[in-house]
Amino acid sequence: MSEELLTTLTWLIPVGPLLAFFVITLFTNRSRTLSWMLAWAGVFSSLILGWTVALNVFAEDVHHLEEHPTVIADSIAWLPFGSNADNWLRMGVAVDPLTAVMLIMVTFAITMIFIYSVGYHNWGQPLGKVLGVPNHMQEEPLLSRFFAFMSLFAGAMLLLVVADNLLMLFVGWEIMGFCSYSLIGFWYARDYDIGEDDIPHISPRKAGIKAFMTTRVADVIMLLGIVFFYRVFGTFNFAEALSAHSLEHAVAGVGATALGIMSLLLFTGTVGKSAQWPLHVWLPDAMEGPTPVSATIHAAAMVSAGVYMSIRIFPLLAVGAGPESGVPVGWIIAGIGAFTALMAATIAVAQNDVKGVLAYSTISQLGFMIAAIGTGAYVAAVFHLITHGFFKALLFLASGSVIHGMEHGAHHVHDHHTDPQDMRYMGGLRKKMPITFWTFLIGGMALSGLPFITAGFWSKDEIFASAWYAYNHEGNAIGLMVLVALALAAFLTAFYTMRQISMTFFGKARTPLAEHAQESSNFMTFPLIGLAFFAVIAGWAGIPEDFPILGPLLDNNYAHHIIGATVHSTLHHLSEMGLVGHSYAIAAFDFVWLPLIASLTVALGGLFFGWLMYGRKPLVQGQADPLIKALGPLHTFLNRKWYWDELYDTVLIQPTIFVSETVVYEWIDKGFIDGIIHLVARAFYGFGRYVRAFEMAVFGDGVDWVKDQFLAMAASMRQLQTGRMQEYVLVSTLIASALAFVVLAINYGWFDQIFQ
Amino acid sequence: MIPMSWYLLFAAALFSIGLYGVMARRNTVAILMSVELLLNAVNINLVTFWRYLTPDRSVGMAWAVFVLAVAAAEAAVGLALIISVYRNRDSVVAEELDVLRN
Repeated sequence: MSEELLTTLTWLIPVGPLLAFFVITLFTNRSRTLSWMLAWAGVFSSLILGWTVALNVFAEDVHHLEEHPTVIADSIAWLPFGSNADNWLRMGVAVDPLTAVMLIMVTFAITMIFIYSVGYHNWGQPLGKVLGVPNHMQEEPLLSRFFAFMSLFAGAMLLLVVADNLLMLFVGWEIMGFCSYSLIGFWYARDYDIGEDDIPHISPRKAGIKAFMTTRVADVIMLLGIVFFYRVFGTFNFAEALSAHSLEHAVAGVGATALGIMSLLLFTGTVGKSAQWPLHVWLPDAMEGPTPVSATIHAAAMVSAGVYMSIRIFPLLAVGAGPESGVPVGWIIAGIGAFTALMAATIAVAQNDVKGVLAYSTISQLGFMIAAIGTGAYVAAVFHLITHGFFKALLFLASGSVIHGMEHGAHHVHDHHTDPQDMRYMGGLRKKMPITFWTFLIGGMALSGLPFITAGFWSKDEIFASAWYAYNHEGNAIGLMVLVALALAAFLTAFYTMRQISMTFFGKARTPLAEHAQESSNFMTFPLIGLAFFAVIAGWAGIPEDFPILGPLLDNNYAHHIIGATVHSTLHHLSEMGLVGHSYAIAAFDFVWLPLIASLTVALGGLFFGWLMYGRKPLVQGQADPLIKALGPLHTFLNRKWYWDELYDTVLIQPTIFVSETVVYEWIDKGFIDGIIHLVARAFYGFGRYVRAFEMAVFGDGVDWVKDQFLAMAASMRQLQTGRMQEYVLVSTLIASALAFVVLAINYGWFDQIFQ
Repeated sequence: MIPMSWYLLFAAALFSIGLYGVMARRNTVAILMSVELLLNAVNINLVTFWRYLTPDRSVGMAWAVFVLAVAAAEAAVGLALIISVYRNRDSVVAEELDVLRN
């Protein structure tokens, strides 16, 4: 395909969904059916265009790609900027191998989510009556709004992926922030009546605000990084700014330490968007949105965007973490990632909400990627990002299908108090929902890294191998720390996945809800099968070449070669100049047994322990979780999510409320300012009484006559007072316009011409 | 440098949207938001004329700061008024708030 055609196609990738958003909002929002069809048309166009472009990039020779990683690049002048007349900010698209693999994953996952959403919102069932709450077994009345926002979300994500500069990326980033806010709070009228034993929830509107505010904290800091970026490099364009030459120039200009600080500022954006500690608290509550939204946020878009941005600026991070810079960027990034991975995995072990487990597992898996970036293993990070995108989207959609089945049961037995998301009330769904079970099983195995078959195994193995290489060959202690923390986290991952599968699908139904659950419609099961396919085969693209038996069979580590080509040559140059540590510039490394054994042990061990505890003898009705007894008070600590929410509430939120309510409102406003005003008023009031007495004495009824005249006049005038302020505005605008006309007329001498 | 007319056209568009909102919206909160648009449209004009016509005297910018302060006060007072109106009359629809009629 010619390059011009490919460029045009790339421009068009985000256009479909964005166009669908505007058309739905402006024209078709009254027809729910037409709206979802338009939204489908938008994402299908993106899917076709995205895959065409990506496959054309993959067709390039790898060695050629290493020299010239950006295959497609085009930009147009966007905004004039600064005082220089020909200084314009440009906006454009660029596709390099990293963009291409993202396009494959994002467009496919989003398309599947869109297909699923139609079934999830019960299209074709009788119309729901209540706005802003989930209408079980009835069609969602706000379906058009849902698909409009989802389209905007998808368009923003694709804009972010194809953007060739940091500013455009940030535009997509912020649009997604807004969409996540409005979609998490989609059921704006929903409120919970939380019982003693129930899973604590906050209402969707609060969850939306929480997500928006938390990511905003990070985005403000990231914006500082963006300004710094422009200041140093003089451009927002990735390819220009992050070339070896430009980075060397920047180090000579502002020093490597400044670049380290800049990379930390930008990385803060990732911490917020990808829900890393300490800003991870918004993500679990984001589960309040409809399940397709959870899948979009946690797999295809939002959180991937954060990691994607960090990988996009990887040469900058590498220089910031390099030997020249005094800032321990590598330790900070890897430390945050490894700590988050481990912490979220421990929390996920003790959750009872079927989506809550997945939410914490997402945080944990994102920690894996961030930790990999911190050790310099950006290829492993991208690979895990892609496989995770597939299997986590699958798991979320499958859990939504489970909830749907449970709601069906609840509807059947007229039980509207039991939480359909609570795994303690499930059990035995394997027979009732076979497709959901098998796909969930595939996704769960991929998440826990079942060896040799599933995608998750290969990508996690890649991270372990890279971390081990960084420690063993380069003497980088970060690698060891990451390896140990992630191995523990991976063990817990396999354990809680097995726990979740056993509690949900095995044994006998523990409530009438699960007894009467039913398989979901084809709209929902088809995307599950599509994603399950990729949750398995996506990993085969990254099997190490010298892996025993399987390696020679496939003969090529596609993931490593293609993704590695993105920045490898740049990093190699920087490494030769001594700006980047060796472990950040590895092309490929030999196969070693130790990380493989580690990843086999943790995956199989975790699955085995999970099976021992939950799978062998599934829970029966009324039986408590065996983990409660095993862990004791630690279980409460984990179940309450390490009390992060409570901590933030005490340390940040309550003081703010205290300052605004008590200090500012009670003391300053009501006490001080109002006190002065009341004092003045009282003084004038007292003075006025003397004046009144004086007036009564001096003037008599004569004044009343004047008053009567005025009253009579006023009575006729009051007809003009309609009491509608907008009419007043209209009249005054007309008068103002007429006056303006007269002034202009005098100014230009029109009257002189008329009256000579 | 961006031509001055871009800013003026943008401000005019913003002003028109605001004026339309003030006249056509029924919800007083929306009217208040539209008033903010009006004020900000004027602000853009002030800053533009300052930057392009008298860049050496920061009169326009200073004035814009005053407008901002007034706008903030207006929003605070306006919202407080709307809340208390709502508490008393259970409505924020502009047409229904006609105590001053005749």
